[in-house]
Amino acid sequence: MDSQKLETILDKHDRQPAALLAILQDIQEEENYLPKEDVQQVAKALSISLARVYSLATFFSSFSLEPRGKHICTVCMGTACHVRGAPKLVDHIRREFDVPETGTTKDLNLTLETVNCVGACALGPLLILDQEYHSNMTPAKLDRVLKPIKQD
Amino acid sequence: MAVQDEQKVSFQIEGRSYQGIREESLLGALRRYGYEVPSLCYHEAVSPYGACRLCLVEVQKGKRRKLTTSCNYPVLEGIEVFLDTEKVVSTRKMVLQLLLAQAPEARSVRELAEEYGVTDTPFKKDEGNACISCGLCARVCKEIVGADAIGFAGRGLGKRMVSPYDETNQACIGCAACVVVCPTDCIGLKEENGIRSIERWHRDLPMKNCKVCERPFAPTFQLNHFADQIGVEKSHFDTCPNCR
Repeated sequence: MDSQKLETILDKHDRQPAALLAILQDIQEEENYLPKEDVQQVAKALSISLARVYSLATFFSSFSLEPRGKHICTVCMGTACHVRGAPKLVDHIRREFDVPETGTTKDLNLTLETVNCVGACALGPLLILDQEYHSNMTPAKLDRVLKPIKQD
Repeated sequence: MAVQDEQKVSFQIEGRSYQGIREESLLGALRRYGYEVPSLCYHEAVSPYGACRLCLVEVQKGKRRKLTTSCNYPVLEGIEVFLDTEKVVSTRKMVLQLLLAQAPEARSVRELAEEYGVTDTPFKKDEGNACISCGLCARVCKEIVGADAIGFAGRGLGKRMVSPYDETNQACIGCAACVVVCPTDCIGLKEENGIRSIERWHRDLPMKNCKVCERPFAPTFQLNHFADQIGVEKSHFDTCPNCR
């Protein structure tokens, strides 16, 4: 992130150490992940130790310290979705997009993540693609939804 | 330090009456009065954290009686404390089983477990690990040393004590207070060829040779940090504590 942008984010939160979480969220919003340089910069600007910022950034699974894909695909693996075949969806996406263990394809096109419940169990299996919710997913339906992304 | 009367509270341990300081650590008070309570993550010099769960006691407050860690329980007026009750001992054994699984390499855990007749654990062992993730090293680094160079990463089963990004952190002054205070000796310190290495934090620092005995005694980085902190010339630390 260029330093001007980071300064804007820091100023928006009055450089309050208490706003650390919000600042990290804003950075991730911009960059899709938390670049190491920015994390270091934030620690310095707020006079918080790097160890504390790192602890916070790794505590929440919504933060990523690795670059994430252009598209983010979240599969709900909560109990209801799980029994209705969510693992099959995950397998399918992994195969189709060649997603490695880290969850992000080599070309940084897609990041595959799983969450434990999004609170819409009646609509399961659920898939969230770039913040859009797709309900009652099947592998066949999945191909249709993911087609534009594959061509991207 | 003189304790003002209004800060004093009376409470009971095993039916005996004692005076304590309001809101001090119950474990600290128990030990001051000579009671033996096991613990790994407590150190009187830093804030209590309640991580190892070994300092369990039962506390009766009014009508309620509950099991609690004593290190982070405040001494309050009128509480009654019970040690080594059946409930305390059986729970502590369970805690030891969990600690054995978490850190099978930790000698202090194995020894303590043996005292309680716990020789094996039904839980899945984290083979090769000796760290119980109690965070005492980080508390000392932050509260005593003031460096705050290490901290927890992740959470749940994946929680690990690391230096940020698991790489060298310039904030680490190499004082090795973490090594000294670690209850399971899992950090490790090496001093070879005038270099102090704390492998776990990826920190290698050249040491200063004493002007008198010519032996290396502490990392130059640490000594300069101390000199800056207390505002003396860097040459103040030219000689080792033995020759000073």
